[in-house]
Amino acid sequence: MTESTYRIQGATGEWEVVVGLEVHAQITSHAKLFSGASTTFGAEPNSQVSLVDAAMPGMLPVPNGECIRQAVRTGMALNAQINRWSRFDRKNYFYADLPQGYQISQLYHPIVGEGEIVVTMDEKDPDSATKTIGIERLHVEQDAGKLMHDQHPTRSYVDLNRSGVALMEIVSRPDMRSPAEAGAYLRKLRTILRYVGSCDGNMEEGSMRADVNVSVRKPGDPLGTRTETKNVNSVRFVMATIECEAQRQVDVIEGGGKIVQETRLFDPDKVETRSMRSKEDAHDYRYFPDPDLLPLELEDDFLEDCRRSLPELPDAKRKRYEEGLGLSAYNAAVLTAEAETARWFEALMAEGARIQKKSEGEVAKASANWLLSELFGALNRLGRTLDDSPVTPERGAELLALVADGTISGTISKQVFEIMLETGDAPPKIVEERGLKQTSDTDAIEAAVAKILADNGDKVAQYKGGKEALFGFFVGQTMKAMQGKANPQVVNELLKTALG
Amino acid sequence: MMTNLTDLTVAEIRAGFRAGEFSAREVASAFSANVASAKALNAFIVETPDHALAAADAADAARASGDLKPLSGVPIGMKDLFCTQGVQSTAASHMLEGFVPTYESTVSQKLWDAGAGMLGKLNLDQFAMGSSNETSYFGNVISPWRRGGGDNAPLAPGGSSGGSAAAISARLCPAATGTDTGGSIRQPAAFTGISGIKPTYGRCSRWGIVAFASSLDQAGPMARTVRDNAILLEAMAGFDAKDATSLDLPVPKWEAALSSDLRGKKVGIPREYRVDGMPAEIDALWEQGIAFLKDAGAEIVEVSLPHTQYALPTYYIIAPAEASSNLARYDGVRYGLRDLPDGAGLQDMYAATRAAGFGPEVKRRIMIGTYVLSAGFYDAYYTQAQKVRTLIARDFERAWESCDVLLAPTAPSAAFALGEKQADPLAMYLNDVFTVPASLAGLPAMSVPGGLDSSGLPLGLQIIGKPLDEQGVLNAALAIEERAGFTARPERWW
Repeated sequence: MTESTYRIQGATGEWEVVVGLEVHAQITSHAKLFSGASTTFGAEPNSQVSLVDAAMPGMLPVPNGECIRQAVRTGMALNAQINRWSRFDRKNYFYADLPQGYQISQLYHPIVGEGEIVVTMDEKDPDSATKTIGIERLHVEQDAGKLMHDQHPTRSYVDLNRSGVALMEIVSRPDMRSPAEAGAYLRKLRTILRYVGSCDGNMEEGSMRADVNVSVRKPGDPLGTRTETKNVNSVRFVMATIECEAQRQVDVIEGGGKIVQETRLFDPDKVETRSMRSKEDAHDYRYFPDPDLLPLELEDDFLEDCRRSLPELPDAKRKRYEEGLGLSAYNAAVLTAEAETARWFEALMAEGARIQKKSEGEVAKASANWLLSELFGALNRLGRTLDDSPVTPERGAELLALVADGTISGTISKQVFEIMLETGDAPPKIVEERGLKQTSDTDAIEAAVAKILADNGDKVAQYKGGKEALFGFFVGQTMKAMQGKANPQVVNELLKTALG
Repeated sequence: MMTNLTDLTVAEIRAGFRAGEFSAREVASAFSANVASAKALNAFIVETPDHALAAADAADAARASGDLKPLSGVPIGMKDLFCTQGVQSTAASHMLEGFVPTYESTVSQKLWDAGAGMLGKLNLDQFAMGSSNETSYFGNVISPWRRGGGDNAPLAPGGSSGGSAAAISARLCPAATGTDTGGSIRQPAAFTGISGIKPTYGRCSRWGIVAFASSLDQAGPMARTVRDNAILLEAMAGFDAKDATSLDLPVPKWEAALSSDLRGKKVGIPREYRVDGMPAEIDALWEQGIAFLKDAGAEIVEVSLPHTQYALPTYYIIAPAEASSNLARYDGVRYGLRDLPDGAGLQDMYAATRAAGFGPEVKRRIMIGTYVLSAGFYDAYYTQAQKVRTLIARDFERAWESCDVLLAPTAPSAAFALGEKQADPLAMYLNDVFTVPASLAGLPAMSVPGGLDSSGLPLGLQIIGKPLDEQGVLNAALAIEERAGFTARPERWW
């Protein structure tokens, strides 16, 4: 663990930045937190609204067990304390996107208490520094609807599709000291959420957004006054928010001003934050326990079920890849950085082990190398991701098996892969139909070698005169003559014999 | 001699209808006619004779095919706090005037499923806030009762279920639904010489009932007899997955287990309910009730509920606090009244809509509730009230160690004249002094007529029971009913 050296250079010296994040993560669930309505993104406005979501008279909330389960599993993945007794509170305020006139949240007794996340400053650098960021709490709450201001010249419209959707609010300690640390924290949190499957982490669609708390101080001084920049919706913007807001605070303080505790907005076009409302205008939310809901009491069996359903988490997986499978630290880090990559890799490896009748450890390295260089290279080129990869792990494993058993050479495998990308055909079929099988037929190779040596008498003489580097030329020519299908080992041996 | 159908109780209608003495259509028509001719009482906000007739025709058809339901042939009144599909549901407010739900409350649906029909939506105090029915936007209900001796001052039917109480006592319907948050079933029942029971909190689903104070609101029946209450309650109660506070328990067969034999039962008399300034007539009524229960075989014991004096202030913190939040949804955005002045923004629309849509008492409670929940006052009021509420519940738990039910007056007086207490909200709130403790503790409690005061107005006795012991409450009430021989009824003037 290392201390950040990120500093803002002010006129009066160096300033340290203190950052805490409140992340709102939409819980992956087909139904809303307290109603049976659907949660599909991008549906027609007001098409996913139940009587409860619209807060019709006499409607009552009933907790959705799946949302509670996901919150508990997430808490467990954050090594956090799970509170067996928690309670829902009402946060009262008026706004057109809030049909009940209150948001059901958890202020006094959140479902998850303190936890932590270990972040690596550079996920792809195994020697990069790590830092532990404290989690203060995780609680469950309802999302609000959405106002649409562009539908009518003088009026606003309300879309309640999002009203009542379940969110987890994950509150960090003010443990981050730089934009990079905040970025690393967000990325790691998103990775964990995706591993657990409790949130898709999709910041573009708004299923994950962050409120960014920033303050500055001279190193060693007590905490300064913080501002909270609301609803920042990408890792890049969070980092930019911290950078420009910290700079603004330094400028204000050094200009003789004072930082006001307030809510701000980030403007990505101008790369600046703007005041939204100050503490004096802050709402009095009049929190009190929601009398429509009983306290949540979690039973042992439920907790045990949550724990059993947790997948292997990124840190543990990375360690296993390195120590158990013998992968390089770099490969282990890249393969575990996204849940989807690890899932793909493990499917590839399992299928490879099955076809080749080997252990996973024996096929791990070849699988990792192929995935990270060949497959990722191709996906990059095609502008695709693993989710919509034209090649499945099963097909990839078949390809690697053909290389491993000597049916095709590594060079030919690249050619086969290109055809797979185009046609989606199975590798054995491609090799068969296009006659790409590697040959160890010594007669054919011998004939080719003889012809090449005969055609290149001058080079043979040079070689024999001591220019041994020319051996590679003969190999290349032979392989070319054999259209790449000759077994390289056989070519080597035959050439050596022929050249004396 | 032709029976006057509108004088029959639910049990009598059920029996006569089944025996073929009359048709369900005749019953529904007779009550509908009474409803139509009693506009002076202002008991109904909406009359729905077609609903009652349709249920009656279904009942008549069912009788022909031998497929009768528990309430086949019985028309009832529905307090206009219950949302009814396709029928305006207002909570007696301007805010919801013209609001026609697309859904049916769980309790009303259960009643229709049991074969009952609806004569109309009954007037009430606006959003169930009041003890006299004077806060209704649609004008107050007038009690069918009048004081003797030529005093024709119009009297309050009690509240908030005043329309239900007045309609039953005036024979406009044999039974009706009520809701009770701090006494809204029991006090109007007492004022109008009928019976009504608030079951244990959680027995009846709150889904589809316009919320006043969620932790206190309970639906219950009102009718002229204890038996009728048992019949209605069986149809109304039961677990509802749509209400997280609903109790997942089977519904007992209360009617079948009715018994006025109280031998072996102990009846507690709460010492602290003898409040200063209680009229002698109320005291005498209470003594009479004790004598009735002794006669039924019960042993009388004195008990103490030491935190009783704090119940009223506690109630008037918790109920407004919850109401201030529950009523926030009436904002003019999605349904109900919208007052949008020219050029107004969102905040202006809220202010205008809520200023126009809520009556003074509702506004008063929203303001009290907002105040007690606000930063800096929350602990002093709301947190403290919750603690006292726990102590009040504990008082009752201790009392159950020495008795099975409690007997007390329902209200500190007989019905008062309309307008008499309107200027003084505190005097009005005092009406709930005997009913709010059981509400705060979530206990079943019932009012049953005990007698008349010197001016000929009904007085009610209240039985409070252990959690889930509606049977004990009904049985003790039955013992009183049998002995009180209450046959008085308002003389028709409307």
